[in-house]
Amino acid sequence: MDVIEASNLVKRFGELEAVKGVSFSVKEGEIFGFLGPNGAGKTTTINILCTLLKPTDGQAKVNGYDVVKERSQVRQSIGLVFQEPALDDYLTAEQNLRFHGYAYGIPKNVLEPRLKELLEMMELWDRRKGKINTYSGGMKRRLEIARGLLHHPRVLFLDEPTLGLDPQTRRHIWDYIHDLRKRENLAIFMTTHYMDEAENCDRIAIIDYGRTVALDTLEKLKDGVGGDVISVKTEDNEEAMRLLEGQYKLKPDIENGIISFTVPHGEEFLPKFVSGFPLRLLSIGLRRPTLEDVFLKLTGRNIREQEVDSMQQMKNMARMRRH
Amino acid sequence: MSIVFRTIWVIAYRELLRFVQDRPRMFSSFSMPIIFLIIFGAGFGRLIGQMMPGVNYIQFMYPGILAMTVLMTSVMSGVSIVWDREFGFLKEVLVSPLSRSGVLAGKAVGAATIAIIQGAIMLVLAPIVNVPINLGTVLALLPLLLILSLALSGLGLLIGARMRSQQGFQIVMQLVIFPMMFLSGIFFPISGVATWLEVLSKLNPVTYGIDAIRQVFLGTEVAGVTVFGHTMGIVDSAIVVAMAGVVFLTAAIWSFNKQE
Repeated sequence: MDVIEASNLVKRFGELEAVKGVSFSVKEGEIFGFLGPNGAGKTTTINILCTLLKPTDGQAKVNGYDVVKERSQVRQSIGLVFQEPALDDYLTAEQNLRFHGYAYGIPKNVLEPRLKELLEMMELWDRRKGKINTYSGGMKRRLEIARGLLHHPRVLFLDEPTLGLDPQTRRHIWDYIHDLRKRENLAIFMTTHYMDEAENCDRIAIIDYGRTVALDTLEKLKDGVGGDVISVKTEDNEEAMRLLEGQYKLKPDIENGIISFTVPHGEEFLPKFVSGFPLRLLSIGLRRPTLEDVFLKLTGRNIREQEVDSMQQMKNMARMRRH
Repeated sequence: MSIVFRTIWVIAYRELLRFVQDRPRMFSSFSMPIIFLIIFGAGFGRLIGQMMPGVNYIQFMYPGILAMTVLMTSVMSGVSIVWDREFGFLKEVLVSPLSRSGVLAGKAVGAATIAIIQGAIMLVLAPIVNVPINLGTVLALLPLLLILSLALSGLGLLIGARMRSQQGFQIVMQLVIFPMMFLSGIFFPISGVATWLEVLSKLNPVTYGIDAIRQVFLGTEVAGVTVFGHTMGIVDSAIVVAMAGVVFLTAAIWSFNKQE
């Protein structure tokens, strides 16, 4: 059964068309990644699916409920972790969770054991009586994940779940997410612009300028690149580019003085290339394609981490300082 | 309908929880009224002497100071919605199955409860400033304070419903709350002042709240608001405040629902 079905979602904000006809479906129990640069329309799509925004056009169902006509059923059946923290800083972790429990009408005999289970799973049980303004960024995120799961949702939405966290904490959060999926048979819909994180997903939709440009499993997406990625550095890169395009009939890209191109069966290509190439090679490398290559191939552009909205980061920092 | 009630209770519960945890706020809402009571009392007390037979300046001012405590606390409920929006918590509320209208009603109920607690604490000052107080007074005050604080929370929420930053809220507060406070008959009777001042005061719902509270403490003969030749009694004034409250709260809910 599909827990999310979106067909031709469109969202316009005045002149700006943020989402331009996005369609996809998410199966029960899978981790579905929504990958794209900032401003591609990821958060807008999530906001439509969780009923915070009405689509301008198109339809979406979550757990079988229409996101426009059956909003309260949708809300009751999903869990959400926002990009920016949405906790009450003046309350304790426990109080934040209880508030959520009351808001979703969870009976007390269900709420208390569930609260303990989740806080223990997220390793926050010992800190449950601590106020949120004493929590670190990673702890807040874990608490938000626990909160999103409190009412036993069937889909958990994670909007950039590791944004602004250090690499170690990010890995930790991913361990929790995998653990969760095993325990709860829960579908996870997540957005990210970190390529390496998207590798945790079962299926990935790549979104760019409000459109899905690809949707498949990680392996299939990588196969679509067309083999292995070879990167070379030569003493005359311009001449090398000409040669590769002309003689070798390849489509090379150059960035930061390194030329890269894809070839099928890279291991066999490499020895022949090294002995036959007329220019002196300074370095050469062979690797399996990454999502970065997939994105480059599909959009002709690099997805870059500096695309993290710098204003947003400043805002987050100012916010942290205020506490 | 049950979802609206659940919303009101959950939201009001959180407001109270926050109030209990936030000690500085608890004291800050007392500070200004008490400072006014002491300084104006000492400053004008000797100068003015008797305001009306058997009522000195501090006794005249005290009921207004009680209302001012309620005013401060209630209107500040509006800032809590701005705060929630600014710090993201509002999203948690909006994406939950709770009712939108109930969210504002819950905020108003929470603020009113806090305002009444603060008001009750202010009652301790009554014997100190020689204002007669007994169980009857307290019982008569409760519904009045409740109506007044619900109405003023409605005003605070109306201001906060669309506001995006706390700075903006503070500015509107200065422009709305201070005039409302000074044009309410807390510090001087509104009969016998310049006509423009009297008209503005009579347009201010707080004026009626204060006049009713003053009558509860000092007897109906201190009634000071006449509208179209009719001297407003306690019940008349309470009705005016209640009507203003319904308007404020409805407008706030409408504005909030339209926005989010």
